[in-house]
Amino acid sequence: MRAILFDSTKCVGCGSCMAACREKNGLPESAAADLTAQQFTVVKQTGRAGSEVYYRRMCMHCQEPTCASVCPVGALHKTPRGPVVYNAEICLGCRYCIQACPFGVPKYEWLSLTPRVRKCGFCADRLAQGRDNACAEACPTGATRAGERQELLQEARRRLQAEPGNYVQKIYGERDAGGTSVLMISSVPFERLGLPENLPREPLPLLTFQVLSKIPPLAGVGAFFLAGLWWLTKRKEEVAREATVHAQRQADGAVVEEGRR
Amino acid sequence: MTRLRAIFWRIVALAILAAGAYAAFLRFTQGLGAATNLSDRYPWGLWIGFDILCGVGLAAGGFAVTTAVYILHLEKLRPIVRPTILTAFLGYLLVIVALMFDLGRPWNIWRAMVLWNPHSVMFEVAWCVMLYTTVLALEFSPILFERLKWRRAVKVVRAAVVPLVGLGFILSTLHQSSLGSLYLILPTKLHPLWYSPLLPVLFWLSAVAVGLAMVIFESGLSARAFGQALELDLLQGIAKVMALLLGTFLAVRFLDLGWRGGLEHAFRLSGRGSYEAGMFWLETALLALPIALVVAERVRRSPQALFGCSVMVVGGFLVNRLNVATTGLEASAGVRYFPSWMEVAVTLSIVVAGLAVFRFAVRHLPVFHAAETKEEAAGAAYAQP
Repeated sequence: MRAILFDSTKCVGCGSCMAACREKNGLPESAAADLTAQQFTVVKQTGRAGSEVYYRRMCMHCQEPTCASVCPVGALHKTPRGPVVYNAEICLGCRYCIQACPFGVPKYEWLSLTPRVRKCGFCADRLAQGRDNACAEACPTGATRAGERQELLQEARRRLQAEPGNYVQKIYGERDAGGTSVLMISSVPFERLGLPENLPREPLPLLTFQVLSKIPPLAGVGAFFLAGLWWLTKRKEEVAREATVHAQRQADGAVVEEGRR
Repeated sequence: MTRLRAIFWRIVALAILAAGAYAAFLRFTQGLGAATNLSDRYPWGLWIGFDILCGVGLAAGGFAVTTAVYILHLEKLRPIVRPTILTAFLGYLLVIVALMFDLGRPWNIWRAMVLWNPHSVMFEVAWCVMLYTTVLALEFSPILFERLKWRRAVKVVRAAVVPLVGLGFILSTLHQSSLGSLYLILPTKLHPLWYSPLLPVLFWLSAVAVGLAMVIFESGLSARAFGQALELDLLQGIAKVMALLLGTFLAVRFLDLGWRGGLEHAFRLSGRGSYEAGMFWLETALLALPIALVVAERVRRSPQALFGCSVMVVGGFLVNRLNVATTGLEASAGVRYFPSWMEVAVTLSIVVAGLAVFRFAVRHLPVFHAAETKEEAAGAAYAQP
C-alpha cells in the first residue's frame, strides 16, 4: 500500500507541493490559509519568527476511513493502493463525511447548485500509472516522500532514532484512528500541526459498527417478542371474556336452582 | 373576537409561507451556502437538528400508540390511533420534504435504494424511514378508503394491520435509536455532556416519551379547535407512562454521565463551557419538571395542567435534540452557529404546512370520528367539554 511521509524538520515552506497539487487537480491560485474546496493541500507555519516550523495539511487517507464508512451510498471509498477517493456522481450531498472526518478534511462547494465534496485524492490516477504523488515529486527537500507504507514507517522510525532530540517520539498516523496512509513526524507536538492527539487507536467506524451489527439479531428478537406479547394479551382478553361468560352462566344456574327450590 | 384571532393567525401563516417560498427560491438558485449559515466547520444545522431529528421524534407517537392498541390490546387507546397515525404520516412526509432542502444533491436520493453501505448509520436510517413511511401510508389508507367508500380496500388493509404495526414498531425502534447512533462516530467532536455510547438508547427513550407528550398536546389542541378531547383517565394513563419513560431517560442519562465523568461539565457555570452547561440544565429541567408534576394528583386531575406538562416535555425534547445536533458541536468546531433567516423561514413553513394539512385532513376525513369498531362509532371515548 502506498503512503506519504511528511517530515516537518525538512520542510522549508516553499509551497512547491501546493503548486504541484493545483496543477495536477486544475485548481486556481488561492490565498486561503487553510484547506478549502479549491485547495487540497496547504503549507502552514507555527512558532516564532526565526524558529518557525512548517507543516502540511492534506487528507490523511485513513486505513479505515471514517468518511467512507458513514457515506450512505459509498461515494467515498478506500482503494487497495491507498487513496481514499470520491465519486460525485452518486453523492447525495448529506455531508455526513464532512461532519464525521476527525481531521476536518473534506470541504464542500457551498455556493454550487451541483455541490461536490472536495479533498485530496492522493493522485490515484498517477499511482495507477506507477508514478508518485505530484506533491512528493515536487518537493525539493524530501520533506514529503512517497513510498510503500511499511518502508516509510521504517524510514520514519530510523529518523526518530538517529536524531531523538529533533523529533517528538511518535509517528502520527501509524495507529491514530486505526492508522493513516499519510504519516507525519515533527519537532513540535502534533497538536500544533492541527492534528488531534485524542483520537482512539481503533478505527472510528468501529464505534458505529458495534451498534449496527446488533441490528439484525435485535430485529429478530423484537419480532418474536412482539408476536409473543400479541398472543399473550389476546389470550388474556379471551380468558377474561370466558370467565365473565362462565360467571354469568353460574349465576344463571343458581337462579334456576333457586327457582326449582 | 375569535374571528379576528383566526384572521390574525391566517395572516401570520401566510407571511411565514411567503418568507419560506422566497427562502426556498434562494436555496435552489444560489446554493446551500447562500441560504444557510452552514460551513465546512459546521456542516449540519437547523434543518438536520430540528426538521429531521425533532421531526422524526415528534412523530414517534404513531408507533407507540399503534403498538399499544394492536399488539398489547390496550383497547382504551383506540380512539387516538387515527390522529396519531395522521400526525406520524404527515411528520414523516415533512421530514422527507425538509431533507430535499438540506441534501446538496437531492436528485440522487434514490441511489440510497440501490447502492448499499451497511456500515453507514445514515444508510440504515434512510431505509428505515423509507419503509416506515410506507407502513404509515398503509396504516393511514383506511381513513382515505373509508371516505371514498372503498369497503373492499379497507378490509384488505385491516386484515394486514397487526403485522404492519409490528413491522412499524421494529422499523421505528431501529431508526429512532439510529438517529442517536449518527453521532457515535464523533467522540472527539461532540461535547462530553451529550456524547455517549448510549445515544441510541437515550434517543429511543426520549422519542417514545415525546410521542406520548404529543398525544396529550394534540388532545389539548383539538379540545380548543374542535371541542373534542380525550377522556381524563386516558390522558392520565398516558401521562403516567410518559413520566415513567422520562424518569428512565434521566436516570440512564445521569448514571452514564457520572460513570464516564462527564458530569463535571454540567457544573462549569462560568467562563468556557458555561453555555453548554446552561443548555444542559435547560434540557434537564424541562424534562424533569413534568415528572414531578405528573406525580402530583392535583396536576393529574386537570387536563390543562397535563397539557402544560406535555408542552414542557416537547420543549425539553426539542432542546435535547438541538443540543446534540448543534450546541454540542459548536465548541469543537470553534463556531457559534445560529440559523439564517432563510433556514428559519423554511423550517417554520414546513411546520405551518403540516398544521394546515392536519387541519384539512381532520375536517374532511374520518380521523377523530372513525367507525372502526362499534364502541368507537358511538364515540365513547370522546368527552364533550
